[in-house]
Amino acid sequence: MSIFIDTSTRLAVQGITGRDGSFHTQQMVEYGTNVVAGVTPGKGGQTFEAGDRSIPIFNTMDEAVEATRANASVVYVPPAFASGAIMEAADSGVDFVVAITEGIPVLDMTRAYAFVRDRGVRLLGPNCPGLISPGKGKVGIIPAQITAEGPVGVVSRSGTLTYEAVHQLTEAGIGQTTCVGIGGDPIIGTNFIDCLEAFAGDPDTRAVVMIGEIGGTDEQEAAAWVKANMEIPVVGFIAGQTAPPGRTMGHAGAIISGSSGTAEEKIRVFEENGIAVARRPVDIRDLIKEALGL
Amino acid sequence: MDIHEYQAKELFMKAGLPVPPGEVATTPDQAEKLAQELGGRVVVKAQVHTGGRGKAGGVKLASSPEEARKHAEAILGMSINGLTVQKVLITPAEDITSEAYVGVLIDRKKQSATFMVSPEGGVDIEAVAETNPDAILRVPVDPRYGLLPHQAYRMATFLYEDPKLVKQATRVMHQLYAAFSENSCSLAEINPLIVTPEGDLKAIDAKVSIDDNALPALPEVAAYRDTDAEPPSETKAREAALSFVKLDGNVGCCVNGAGLAMATMDLVKYYGGDPANFLDIGGSSNPDKVVAALEIITADPSVKVILFNIFGGITRCDDVANGIVEATKRIDIQTPIYIRLTGTNETEALAILKDAGFSAYTSMDEVVETAVQFAAQA
Repeated sequence: MSIFIDTSTRLAVQGITGRDGSFHTQQMVEYGTNVVAGVTPGKGGQTFEAGDRSIPIFNTMDEAVEATRANASVVYVPPAFASGAIMEAADSGVDFVVAITEGIPVLDMTRAYAFVRDRGVRLLGPNCPGLISPGKGKVGIIPAQITAEGPVGVVSRSGTLTYEAVHQLTEAGIGQTTCVGIGGDPIIGTNFIDCLEAFAGDPDTRAVVMIGEIGGTDEQEAAAWVKANMEIPVVGFIAGQTAPPGRTMGHAGAIISGSSGTAEEKIRVFEENGIAVARRPVDIRDLIKEALGL
Repeated sequence: MDIHEYQAKELFMKAGLPVPPGEVATTPDQAEKLAQELGGRVVVKAQVHTGGRGKAGGVKLASSPEEARKHAEAILGMSINGLTVQKVLITPAEDITSEAYVGVLIDRKKQSATFMVSPEGGVDIEAVAETNPDAILRVPVDPRYGLLPHQAYRMATFLYEDPKLVKQATRVMHQLYAAFSENSCSLAEINPLIVTPEGDLKAIDAKVSIDDNALPALPEVAAYRDTDAEPPSETKAREAALSFVKLDGNVGCCVNGAGLAMATMDLVKYYGGDPANFLDIGGSSNPDKVVAALEIITADPSVKVILFNIFGGITRCDDVANGIVEATKRIDIQTPIYIRLTGTNETEALAILKDAGFSAYTSMDEVVETAVQFAAQA
């Protein structure tokens, strides 16, 4: 099994004709994701060719869902229009929206997320690499070649750091059920606990890797949730031990505010709640091996 | 982006908030003249992007224009938390009956803008939150409806009993929320909001941070950026669309992706070294970005070794390799470069580097440990 996406996912790509949207649509189709529609205002009626597929393009999400029964969407729209695209998707009847776009103003997101939540739609991101369920499909930009099918769930606020960890697992012969990037912004939809809960309910996931970073308190709350609810082992990593306070470290959400959100604090809370913490990215692999008894 | 107090007060004034008059001086002469115009009794305040100005001696009361001049002489050029003071704000000295705190910020947990108000103003609000949490009222604002009248009134009555002050404070809440949302702030703070002996509210200090992501849509606010208040390397990095933070160590880092960049810095520390910077060259990086990154890193004289850590996903390793080779042609780099590349187009990248006389690693630990050892011996 896998979480959030599987072989029944019917995906619409918002911004399918843009530079990122078109490149990653090719990659997703190549991997076997069922991309049923593209949306680009003004290009309705055209098609997008990917491999042997001819994907119809619509002006609006409403039309795309009506014509193709899409049940999920992915947003590659530029930042100024992305919060609008997220709300359009949430209003169209899909139940899962993945927002890849980086650079959406935070106040735009507060409004968009309230709108999405009101409609009971799951949002992943923004500013995230999406997710991949090896062997079943991927939504977003995670490179498929570094993943493999197997028993480990991976959830992370980062992109390339996740690739690093996943790559090392795969090299060691340990595959994944689903790898999810929840995004580096201060306001995101799906959070650590949502993913942990989904992994806990997935019989195929036998251990979870949780990769956090400085800023906010999501990791701390997730750690308490793990202690109270998780039966399978969780291995943690926190990036940003050398980050100075008050500075944004690339991700808009990666900032130590006052004395809160430091790596030190997060590592301590992880350990207090029984999560084995890797000191180096390479140690994630070894701790997972140990947890799985390999 | 942090803006200066005087700029924050401009935004507050536009929103109708009761801000006392004030002007900026860059020389003691100007300071004296402004003090004269404001009636002689003024406060001279250092304009730098850091807290603790008062403790550092950057805020002084002057009872005459001559004294304002003397204070300006002392404060201009002063270094506060590593930042040099280039400007002072001259503003009338106010008599204070009481001080409150009013701030709006983005609450990540509530996923909305949230007010924090406290009758204990003029001090660090984080300290109040620790020692006397009951003295702070938090009010989240539903982004769908904005600040509602009953919420503003509730906060006003939390701060004041006098109906006249409650009325003024209610208005202040709405005005502050307008300033916060119209300028896409991540923080807008009045600390302190004072009551004068005449029974009026005044915002005598202001702190505002603007959401970087909103700056393209707010050219007037974006123009507030003071490049004199940041290291030149950070200005150059921003212009090249690189995410960069200068640090104190000697291992220059060049990485793709923010999380991996942080993890690389941490690994430098793990092996006993000190990172000279955080630098994320971003996703779909072209060779020009790599050249700009190397220019920025090599301009720092404390850098003893340069470390590349690239995990190719969207970023193509061959692009980065071409950038490194191109940079060594364009600029004279004496500093040794240690490179780790893996992922998309790794084979092509390794061939490009080999032709140019570079060797590359595929393991992150190996390259970091080697680079740190070199820096320690250099």
